[in-house]
Amino acid sequence: MALSPARARKRRRLGVVIIAAAILGIAVALVLFALRDTVVFFFGPSEVISRLDDPKLRLQERRFRMGGLVEEGSVRRLEDGKTTEFRITDGPGAFSVRYTGLLPDLFREGQGVVAEGRLDDKGRFIADEVLAKHDENYMPKEVADALKKTGHWQGESEAKP
Amino acid sequence: MHRFANPARFQRLASIILPWSDVLTAGLLVSGLYFALFASPADYQQGETVRIMYIHVPAAWMAMFTYSVMAAASAASLIWKHPLADVAARAAAPIGAGFTAIALITGMLWGEPMWGTWWVWDARLTSVLILFFLYLGYMALVNAIENPAAAARAGAILALVGFVNIPIIKFSVDWWNTLHQPASVIKMGGPSIAPSMLLPLVLMALGFHFYFVSVLLRRMRSELDLARVRALEDAIALNSEEAAA
Amino acid sequence: MSSFFAMGGYAFYVWSSYGAALLILGGIAIFSMARARQASRRLEELKRAAPHRRRREEAADGA
Repeated sequence: MALSPARARKRRRLGVVIIAAAILGIAVALVLFALRDTVVFFFGPSEVISRLDDPKLRLQERRFRMGGLVEEGSVRRLEDGKTTEFRITDGPGAFSVRYTGLLPDLFREGQGVVAEGRLDDKGRFIADEVLAKHDENYMPKEVADALKKTGHWQGESEAKP
Repeated sequence: MHRFANPARFQRLASIILPWSDVLTAGLLVSGLYFALFASPADYQQGETVRIMYIHVPAAWMAMFTYSVMAAASAASLIWKHPLADVAARAAAPIGAGFTAIALITGMLWGEPMWGTWWVWDARLTSVLILFFLYLGYMALVNAIENPAAAARAGAILALVGFVNIPIIKFSVDWWNTLHQPASVIKMGGPSIAPSMLLPLVLMALGFHFYFVSVLLRRMRSELDLARVRALEDAIALNSEEAAA
Repeated sequence: MSSFFAMGGYAFYVWSSYGAALLILGGIAIFSMARARQASRRLEELKRAAPHRRRREEAADGA
């Protein structure tokens, strides 16, 4: 049985919308894939190490952001009272960071951090901006303490690669 | 489906739903605020600023939900020429813009003390800002075109094209490194948020949903009334011209 | 009580967030209700002014 003209028109419009949506979706996916190095907000230390000589990224010459966890026990405040040294790690890789300025409230050892600056010739990261990055876990202090005490603490989720 | 396309039937249905959605909105928001501000603990890392989450996260969900409703209505308007679909899409846009504005403002107010910055151009923040401009662009477009059928068509196409942004917002935190943290509630393996904090979050989110229903139905009503007002005004103008002739 | 308003030193950020949400959601709700009332009032006026149209529409409503 043939479709009535009205139903045929509706079906055609549905087809046009679906095809247009598919083409648009593919186009956007391709653009985002091409721009993937621009869209990322920061690079992890191990990524910086493996792509140090990547001519597209030019990580040795330009400013970029490095993100990861502040290594436990690595934070050191220098005598001038304004400069902090710490290490950013993402498990396999780590960099020493030197930063002069105020740190955000959430900056602490074992927590996520994003530093912006450039590498010096000794392979140290000289940051002029440090932002704290928090994880997706929310709980009261008592719960966190109890988890740590019983050994069920999962650690910061970002420590996973 | 077309049973509800009749505006008179819609008006009757709306009169039944509205008192319920009004009561639920008020009840859920009042109890949600009680838990959000008084009866929930501070976070082990973020302290009292975690209370911003109970506004920020539901508002961000609603910003995406409202856009999805708008896009679905736009598809129905474009494909099936459903008479109420265009009205629904138009009515939803300002509500969605409001939710997006709240998500952006509260996000900045949360980012400054916790991250150390009001704003960064990471993938999540930027894609939500684009969502806000999509809402504004949609409203400007449908209001700028005088012919209702042409306005509905142009608006529906814009809303559908803009829908690609919704999965980008949702998955931006998984696809790329962002300053914004990944999802806490809707994710694989269950929420990573303590029950005492999940409760106010869920109450506020439900309250926002019923708020959306209440305001959307009222806005759809006025759109329908105004359409009839325009038709009657035209008819009266025509009658008086005939009488004069 | 004063510690409640202080929000652990983050009073400005927390209360501004709730204030902004109240302002925006409240504003949209009030504006939408006022517009709905205004539209239905204008519609009633016009229906009275054009009684012959009114009969036809009521017949359609009942269908």
